[in-house]
Order: sequence, then C-alpha cells, then structure tokens
Amino acid sequence: MESVIPILEFKKTCVSYTKQTMAVKYVSAAIERNTITAIMGPSGCGKSTLLRAVNLMHNLYQNIRVDGEILLNGENILLMEPIEVRRRVGMVFQRPAPFPTMSIYDNVLSGFSLNGIKLSKAEKDTTVERCLKSVALWDEVKDVLNKKGTFLSGGQQQRLCIARALAMKPDVLLMDEPTSALDPIATKHIEELLLELQKEVTILIVTHNMGQARRISSKSMFMYLGELVEYGDTETMFTNPIDERTKAYLTGKMG
Amino acid sequence: MNDKLYRIILFVVALIMPIVCGGVVYALVTDAYDAFEHFGFLNFLTSSQWSYTAGNEQYGALPFITGTLMTALLALVFCIPFSLPVALFVGEYFKGTKVASVLSTVTDLLAGIPSIIYGLWGFYTLRPILMALNISPQGSGVLTASLVLAIMIIPYVASLSAEFIKMVPNDLKEGAYSLGATRAEVIRKIIFPVAGSGMFSSYVLAIGRALGETMTVTMLIGNTNNIPNSIQSTGNSMASIIANQFGEADDLRLSSLIAIGLVLFLITALINMIGKMMIKRARIV
Amino acid sequence: MNRLKIKHRLAKDKLMLWGICLLAALTAVPLLAILGEVLLRGYHQLSWAFFTEPTPTAYKAMKAIEAGEPIPGGIANGIVGTMIMLGMAVIVAVPLGILCGAFLAENSKNRFAQFVSYLTDLLQGTPSVIIGIITYIWVVVPMKGYSAIAGSVALCIMMVPLIVRSTEETLKILPASLKEAGLALGGNKARVMMQVQLPAAFGGIFTGILLAVSRVIGETAPLMFTALGCSLIRFSVDKPISAVPLLIWEFFNDPNLQELIWGASLFLLLFVLALNLTAKYLAKKWNQ
Repeated sequence: MESVIPILEFKKTCVSYTKQTMAVKYVSAAIERNTITAIMGPSGCGKSTLLRAVNLMHNLYQNIRVDGEILLNGENILLMEPIEVRRRVGMVFQRPAPFPTMSIYDNVLSGFSLNGIKLSKAEKDTTVERCLKSVALWDEVKDVLNKKGTFLSGGQQQRLCIARALAMKPDVLLMDEPTSALDPIATKHIEELLLELQKEVTILIVTHNMGQARRISSKSMFMYLGELVEYGDTETMFTNPIDERTKAYLTGKMG
Repeated sequence: MNDKLYRIILFVVALIMPIVCGGVVYALVTDAYDAFEHFGFLNFLTSSQWSYTAGNEQYGALPFITGTLMTALLALVFCIPFSLPVALFVGEYFKGTKVASVLSTVTDLLAGIPSIIYGLWGFYTLRPILMALNISPQGSGVLTASLVLAIMIIPYVASLSAEFIKMVPNDLKEGAYSLGATRAEVIRKIIFPVAGSGMFSSYVLAIGRALGETMTVTMLIGNTNNIPNSIQSTGNSMASIIANQFGEADDLRLSSLIAIGLVLFLITALINMIGKMMIKRARIV
Repeated sequence: MNRLKIKHRLAKDKLMLWGICLLAALTAVPLLAILGEVLLRGYHQLSWAFFTEPTPTAYKAMKAIEAGEPIPGGIANGIVGTMIMLGMAVIVAVPLGILCGAFLAENSKNRFAQFVSYLTDLLQGTPSVIIGIITYIWVVVPMKGYSAIAGSVALCIMMVPLIVRSTEETLKILPASLKEAGLALGGNKARVMMQVQLPAAFGGIFTGILLAVSRVIGETAPLMFTALGCSLIRFSVDKPISAVPLLIWEFFNDPNLQELIWGASLFLLLFVLALNLTAKYLAKKWNQ
C-alpha cells in the first residue's frame, strides 16, 4: 500500500482568542484527498474556528493565536504568506456574497483580478464557462453574464460563489455552513453539486445539519468544546459512535 | 502594490490630519503672540477697547467674545421651540412616514442654504419687519442676528435629537402605554428622560456651529465694537470683527484679530469636544 | 380614576399633537420665504448676458442707474472663479479624503486612528473664517499675494473632513462578508479595497462628495482673505480671482450694484439646493 501525503493535516492545532481560553484544543486529523469531510458539533464547539484557521482568516483580527501545525500537502501553512495559502484553499461562506458591483462574469474571475493575474480574453471566457458549468449554473446565466449577480436566487448566488472559489483551482475547498441560508431545494442542488465536485477538489464542510453530513460526507469529525472527539467514517460514526458525547449529539440529546 | 506599501500610503495620508491641525494651532499661536505680548493675555481678553489711533492702539477681545456667546445662546433659545417639535414629529409621532421624510428633507435643505443668503434675507426682509413691529428700532443687532442664526441651527438640533428619540426602545414605550398613559405622557415621562442627554448634546453641538457663523452675523449684528448691553443693541462677534477688519489690518491690529481667531478656535473646539463626548455617552446608554 | 381627569389628560394630549404639528410646519416657512424672496427678486435678472459677462464697474453701474437702465454685466467672473477653485479643491480633497477614510475604517481600534478621527471632527467644526486666516498665513503671505490657489486650499481644507467621514462611515456599513470573501480569494488588502470595498461604497462616497461641494460652494468668509475677488474673468491661478459668494458680498457693500445681488443669489441658491436634493435622491436610490 502506498503512503500518500494527506492533502490536509491538522497536527495538535490550537486556536485561542485570549490567553486563558482556547477555542480549538489540540486537534489532530488527516484529511483524505478528494473526499467530503464534515465537521459537526453543537454551537460553540470550535468547528468554524478550526475551518477558518485553514485559510488564515484569523489573521484579520488581532489577538487570535494559532499553535501547532496545519499542513497543506506537507507544508505548514501557518508559516506561509496568507495570500499564497488562499490561492490554494478556497472558501465559501454561509451567506452568499457575490460582489455586488461586479457582473457575473467578473465575479467568477475576481480571484484572478484580486491576485493581480492577467488573463487574455480567450482565457477569461474559457475559465468562466468551465467554472459555471462545473457548478451547473452555465445554462441559466450564459446569456446574462454581464448582469450583476444580485438578481439571482440564493441558491444560484451560492453556486456563483462556489464557481468563484473554484476558478482558482484550489486543492481544498472550505465551506462554512454553505446551505444554512438556503431553502431545501437549493440545498439539495448544492449537495448534489458537492458530491460531483469532490472528484476535483477536497471538501471540508462545517455543518450543523446532521442529515446533510450523512448524505454527502464520507468522513466526519465531531467536535465538542474545542476538542476533536471523534473522527472517522461517516456511516460508522452514525451507526456506531465510539464516544459517549458523539452518541449524545447524534441522537439529539445534546444541542 | 503589496500590503506593506498600502499600509504605508494610508498611514501617510492619515498624517495630514495631525499636520494640518497642528499647523492651524501653531500658526494661530505664533501670529497671535504679538498681541498677547503687547497687551498681556488676560488683559486682552477682558479689555473692551478697540481703537486704532496711531501710536496708541488699544485692542481687546471682550466685546466680541460677549457678542459671540450672546448670539449663540440666544439662537439656541429661539431654535428649541421649533426644532424640538420637528424632532418629535420625525422621531415619534410620524416616525417612518412619508410626511416625516419630507419634513426631514425640508430641514436638511435649511442646513444647505449658504450663510450669505441667510444674511441677505435677514437684512432685506427680517430687518424691515422688526423695525416696523418696533421690536428692534434700528433693525440690526444681537436680536436680529440671533433670530436668523436660530433658523440656521434648527436642522442640527432637529436631526440629532430625532435620532436619539428614535432610539428609545419600544418596550419601554409600550410598557407605559399598557399602563394607560397618553402619548404626551409617554413623551414627557419616558422619551425625554431616556433621550434627554442625547438631545442635550445636540444643543451643545448646535452652539458650536453657531459660534463660528460668520457672514450672517456680520450682516445683521450692526458692527459696533461695544459690549452689547441688551438684545436690541448692536455689537460684533469674534467671527464678524475678523471678517470686517482682516482685509485692511496690519501689524498689531492683524495680530489682535488673529488672537481673537485663536480664542474663537479654542472655544469652538472645546464646545464641540464636549458635545461629541456627550453624544458618545448617550449612545452607549 | 374619575372621568374628568381622563378627559383632561386626553385634551392635553391632543393639544400637544396639534402644537407639535403646527410648530413643525412653521419650520418650513423660512425655507419657502427665503427661496421665494430670492426667486422673486432675482428672477428677472437671469439672462444669457448675466452668466457670460463680468461684473460692471461702479461707474458704469452708476451711469446706468441714473439713466434708468438695467445695470449691464453679470457674474461670469464669479462663476469661472468658483469653478476653478472648486475644481482644484476637489482634485486634491477627494483622493486624500477617500484614502484617509479608508485608513480610519480599516484601523478603527488603533489609538492613532482614533486620534486622527478626533482631529477630523475638530477640523470639521472649525469656523470657516479661521480656515481663511490659516490659509492667509500659509499661502497668501508666502506667495505675497492673493490667488485662486489660496482660495482652493481653503476650500480643500474644508472639504476633506466631510469626505473622510462619509467614506469611513460607508465602508464601515459594508457587510464583513464582502471583505472576507475578497480576502479568501487571495487578494491582498490593497486589491480588496480597490476592487471590492471602494466600488461597493461608491454610492455613499459620491453623495458625501456632493454634499461637501455644496457646503463649500457658498462659503464667503474664507475666500475673502485668500482669493480676494476680481472684476475680470480670469483663468490664471496665481492671482486674485472672483467667486460667486464673494460677488454677492461685493454687491451688498456697493450701493450701485445692489440690483445684481438677487440674480447672483438665485443662481447660488438653486445650485446648492440642486446638489443637496441630488445627493439625497442618490443616497435613497443606492440604499435599495
């Protein structure tokens, strides 16, 4: 059996807001390539905090410290320039946030312009088509690419944001409760999309929707009070959780 | 353009504020120095002389300080009976309606009218009325200037007070209504106490605005260099004496005018600072 | 609770309502009065000649009055002067104001930024006549003369704090997700500001600029000791120059030119009100 470097690995990762309190405590886990891994847990367990550490979003705010290591393809991102990391790791947020002053076309390409990468018209057209097709949005918007994205429905806007993140061909796609602001049908479409996308990119998704985790993820992490309590196959975890706390959460006894 | 350069550029641009403000104070102080040295600091502030007979020039700031304070305070007194109703109209009675936004627009437009036009209107329309009604025999004076000044500061008091009135939490008002209070009573017993300090801060800021008003006062106050002894008398404010005499002044008179400018600057800065601090406190509550 | 007392209270309540409505309505009166008066007195003066000819000399005006004719000339020198000084002031004030506003929005917790914020308020509250004195000391004295440059420096100093505030406030209202989305794509702070934040804040910034312009265009006092005024239409920036409010002040003080006051005032008033209403309209439209 070959040993492959996991695409993303947490090694005793800790995140703290103040000297006394740690929001994430000594998380160690290796994420497999081309999978969807769900991070679950009750509110305040640190799942979003952990996710946002992967693309160094905490750098925006003072007083947040990250200790330990987070390895992307073997390199510790905590020692890298945030801009470099963010080119290789994409993020989709809870609220769809297409840039309101840009057209759909420009929104998809915004990663390039923000990174100062110039593309030829042909390259731009190809990229836009590729990305919008990969999120199943191309047919719906191909005639209105020049319009601003704000008239799209919530689900379509979120798909646009996913397309925008995918345009940079990231290794890992971080998703922070991407469907919690969407209606059930839009949610279903996005879940189907993610199942397809995992062939191209590794997905790490924070979700408070257990059904969603079960539907789409192959591996799951359960966090509680900042600790990684359990990490393993989704199905196994749901049917036969090892830890008492995992069991309590999955059966609804814990909020 | 990388992050470091970006931060440096923003920082350097922000530096213009301290540089300009520091420069303002420095320029005022250095050029006012002569006058203060010649007459003595306290003496200058309390003297009412203003004569430019060569060889024995005497200048003092008292008449103008008094004139400024009188007109500003009177203006506030005259404006409250109108701006308070507007604030209640917009912030409570008709909150959120079209009428309220029309009234808001009207008051905002009042704030946009250039002061020289206020001065013209005051001079050509208000003055004759005041003279005809015998309220002010010669037309110009502290009273006239204060009346027009009052109109000019209505927008500032009204819009800021309205904001604080709007901020009064609904639960408090509903609690009072549910006990059977009338609207007037809710306003008196709930809104005024809660929004009161915010409203008061709007008065302070309005005074700050009125202190610096130049053209209107210059055209209406009568331009005499005495301490006004009644609201009908004429006088001068710090801003108006500067506007009137700066162009032809030199040496000691110029320095005295700049000294008056320094006093005006400091008083205005102080009042504005107090007002802003009060707003901050009122907002936190 | 007896019925009389209740009736009493209800009556007071009604009285207060009517009182409030009356007094509030009365505040519209000055606006209409001023607008009406300036309109009535100045309307007949507006003509093509009024806008294209410079002001007449006192002598010419005196002759015309004696002959019973309308005073020749107009306010072209003032209009040109105002436009030139405004133009120069805007070119400097807008970039400085926007960048400073961006600084304040990005660094709100920083001590230095709070100090700068306080100074911005200080400068904004400074009486315009003081700005005039300062510009006299800094520009007129070294240049050994009055000039359009001095005038525009004064106007610029007055505009900057207003633009800083409106930029800062608009940027602060933007949802954080916008900036984060931009950063998450790998943009550095400069690019996210230029490509995402500032465009999104454009509406608020633009209306802030409009309001700043409308505020300084009617200012007289600071121009009195910097631009001084001039009776010719002039395009050179290092010499004294006229401005519309300065002209109004000259007309006010000259018994022969009184007639021209109202045409000039009408022009100024309409311009300012138009700017204000446009700013309000745009603010409402872009906030949808």
